[in-house]
Amino acid sequence: MTVHMVSDPTTLASTVSGGRKSRDVIFLIGLWVAMLLCTATLLTLLVDTFVTGRSKLTWAFLSGHPDPFPEDAGIQSAILGSLWVVIPSGLGALFVAICTAIYLEEYTRTDSRIQKFINLNIQTLAGVPSVVFGILGLAFVARGPLSWGFTVGTAAMVLGMMILPVMIVAAREAIRAVPSSLREGSMALGATKWQTIRRQVVPAAVPGIATGSILGVSRALGESAPLIMLGALAYVTFNPSGFGDYYTVIPLMIFKYATEAQTEFQVSAAAAIIVLLVMMFALNFLAIVIRDRSRKAW
Amino acid sequence: MAEDQQEAVRLRQEQDVFRHSHGWLEHGATTSGKATVSIGISGTGGGFEKFCKNETDISNASRAINATEAVNCAKAGVTYTEIIVANDGLAVVVNPKNSLTCIKMTELKAMWAPGTGTSGPGKATQWSDAIPGNTTGALKLYGAGSDSGTFDSFNTFVHGRSTTSRTDYQATENDNVTVKGVAAELGAIGYYGLSYAEENAKLNKALQIDNGKGCVAPKISTVQDGTYAMARPLYIYVKKAAVAKSPVIREFVKFYLDNADIIAADALFVPLTKVQVNTARGAVNAI
Amino acid sequence: MASTFTTEPTESGPLSPLVDLLPSGQKRRQQTYERIIRVVLTMVASVAVVITLGVVASLVQPTYQFFQEVPFGDFFGSTKWYPLFDPPGFGVWPLVVGTFMVMVIATLVAVPGGLATAFFLNQYASDRTRRYLKPILEILAGIPTVVFGFFAVTFVSPNVAQKIWPVGEVGFYNALSAGLVVGIMILPMMTTLAEDAMASIPRSLVEGAYALGATRREVCTTVIFQAALSGIIAGAVIAISRAIGETTIVLLASGSNAEFTFNPGQAMQTLASFIGFAGIGDQPTDSTGYRTIFAVGSLLFIVTFVLNMVSIRIVRKFREVYE
Repeated sequence: MTVHMVSDPTTLASTVSGGRKSRDVIFLIGLWVAMLLCTATLLTLLVDTFVTGRSKLTWAFLSGHPDPFPEDAGIQSAILGSLWVVIPSGLGALFVAICTAIYLEEYTRTDSRIQKFINLNIQTLAGVPSVVFGILGLAFVARGPLSWGFTVGTAAMVLGMMILPVMIVAAREAIRAVPSSLREGSMALGATKWQTIRRQVVPAAVPGIATGSILGVSRALGESAPLIMLGALAYVTFNPSGFGDYYTVIPLMIFKYATEAQTEFQVSAAAAIIVLLVMMFALNFLAIVIRDRSRKAW
Repeated sequence: MAEDQQEAVRLRQEQDVFRHSHGWLEHGATTSGKATVSIGISGTGGGFEKFCKNETDISNASRAINATEAVNCAKAGVTYTEIIVANDGLAVVVNPKNSLTCIKMTELKAMWAPGTGTSGPGKATQWSDAIPGNTTGALKLYGAGSDSGTFDSFNTFVHGRSTTSRTDYQATENDNVTVKGVAAELGAIGYYGLSYAEENAKLNKALQIDNGKGCVAPKISTVQDGTYAMARPLYIYVKKAAVAKSPVIREFVKFYLDNADIIAADALFVPLTKVQVNTARGAVNAI
Repeated sequence: MASTFTTEPTESGPLSPLVDLLPSGQKRRQQTYERIIRVVLTMVASVAVVITLGVVASLVQPTYQFFQEVPFGDFFGSTKWYPLFDPPGFGVWPLVVGTFMVMVIATLVAVPGGLATAFFLNQYASDRTRRYLKPILEILAGIPTVVFGFFAVTFVSPNVAQKIWPVGEVGFYNALSAGLVVGIMILPMMTTLAEDAMASIPRSLVEGAYALGATRREVCTTVIFQAALSGIIAGAVIAISRAIGETTIVLLASGSNAEFTFNPGQAMQTLASFIGFAGIGDQPTDSTGYRTIFAVGSLLFIVTFVLNMVSIRIVRKFREVYE
């Protein structure tokens, strides 16, 4: 927040001694350096990637399948694989997140033991490194009790578990933001608790929930570490047609191309990065539009 | 599983050999139009494990199946046929700016030997530790991971035993890591399959190997006649049950053998000799 | 916050008094329906708990088995890590040191950088600058780790790491470029957390300092920094925890040679990148090599869990001060 000055700092500052002033200047330079570090890094990353990969951004690349010969390499199976994995995981996590948020906000008292307990679990999950989710998936989903193997379903489940904490937090904040007058009015008109929640609270919270879940999905789209553990096959030359199919996703395709020795593959990696960033950017833009459009006045 | 899933030919093989089966796939696309092929990459050991667990139908390998793995397959009721599909060798590569052109097997052994026992950090840290008088400086080693058939092959050639190796080097299942590392660092030396050497000739320089009888360069002729010290065959293991269930697989293998020369050339492998082709055909027909 | 109306969860749920006017059959049905809904919601809400337990459970049994086969002394007492060789070496210290080095480099980038950016946003930035800077930070925060990894290998390593490190040679795979890029990755997180902490300081403190003639720098370094200190520390701890758990960037940029060294110009392996490395290759499922994944995973989980708890504690303490 900007502090609104009661008195203009410059008038008092003019009485500041030279030594103090030079330290002020040095400090400010330090801050600018930090700022420029962020901006410059981002710009370099985007420009470098774009320049490297631009030539490969053709329809052939988007519609072709991976190939050991770089000229023919494409990412269609990765794009569709990503969609097959991310959309179900997002929907699944969304459902659980909304239910959990409703339960926590409407059915438990604040600071009750159960709320604290669930909160602790959510915070723990949020702090778990992504690769550990890969271990969880390896032990219980790909092998172990579920034994779904290294398939689309496994990936969707593991990513869903990973983005769940983020989704829960977003859903809770959205529900919390709904003013209590809405609830009270509804109850006063004779609605039951669940009717109130279902017909008043949740619909009012939809924009916030939508924004949060889009951001969660965007995150799932870019994940690589857990899926590395879940043996996303190296070259999958077909699009998935079911949850039991083998798959690959765009981040893993990037990973694969990035480790290739020949520079032609670096170009493919950069092109795939551009595709991924465009997809994520579009999602985030959608989230911002929803958020801005639905700033209702209560 | 859906109809066309049953036709799925699931391959599992090592990075080195990957190029090979993919070339096979490309050319075979027309005949096996109905099959969906998915290829996984892992070390040879991991590949055999999946093979014996019935997770794959064909396993490509850069070494023969070993006794333990054969026992595991037998226990799981998996019967298979072993077919040699190409010849390959191991290339030892250095940075193009390195003036060395020929290396002795004894020198390789000194470079890659563990300090004590059969595994552990090695002793040599400078090029001069292995090659007296060499001025390249610090030794940077790149090689295959311990699950890889290339690892087994290399160690068998150099140390006489497949699992003897020093452990403090850049180990990877992905030979590209080695290619890049060797291309970037002057003091680097690494090893991988010959096909990779041909493909990356501009980035890495393959050394001639001297096994006591003079320096031999890795070439098609020297690999086929065995004068190159580190020549090895490439195998596929085909599950008999899978062939019985789906004729597509037999067609697949047959197609390969009929076009062995083209495919091997494309994938930069050393093609089979006529004798080898006949043996393989016999094996396939017998399935 | 849910209104006081509804914070008395009872078995039958607070049905509106008007429901009492319904015919008794309907009322009972409604009550049962509400009860069922509540049960369903409770069960779904417990999924988060189940998952956490799942994470722990997936680690515990294989780790226990691992330590039946590998004595604690080997794991914690040796600096030789080559678990996938024959015979294997199980000393975990090279991974711990590798993790530590990457973490230190990342922290040296992210904490001062993040703090400085936060100060800038809090005290110095005009609305216009803020409108540019905030989206830049958000975009940086959203970039996938694999993209950062690619950037580390193709750009940072040759152009930055190898040029700025004064001591000795910097190899092709090195911990320095991994650390620098991990630092950039966590910098937006650090900035946001630090800025939130700064924004919660009562304005009276800040305005009072200005009124007494302090310059902006002095206000930042004395009043704001000290008042927001616990929030800043909590934020730093979270960012550090994230750096420790980072896998992809390190895998791509720092290689897979688990050497026990403190020289960032060399390739190193971290706890997280070892797990990724071992996960890519296929270890036979019933081997000790396979179980090292879980043992290292347990260690990683414990470290990040402890850090997470520490930061929550600090935040809780911080919240008390002003309320």
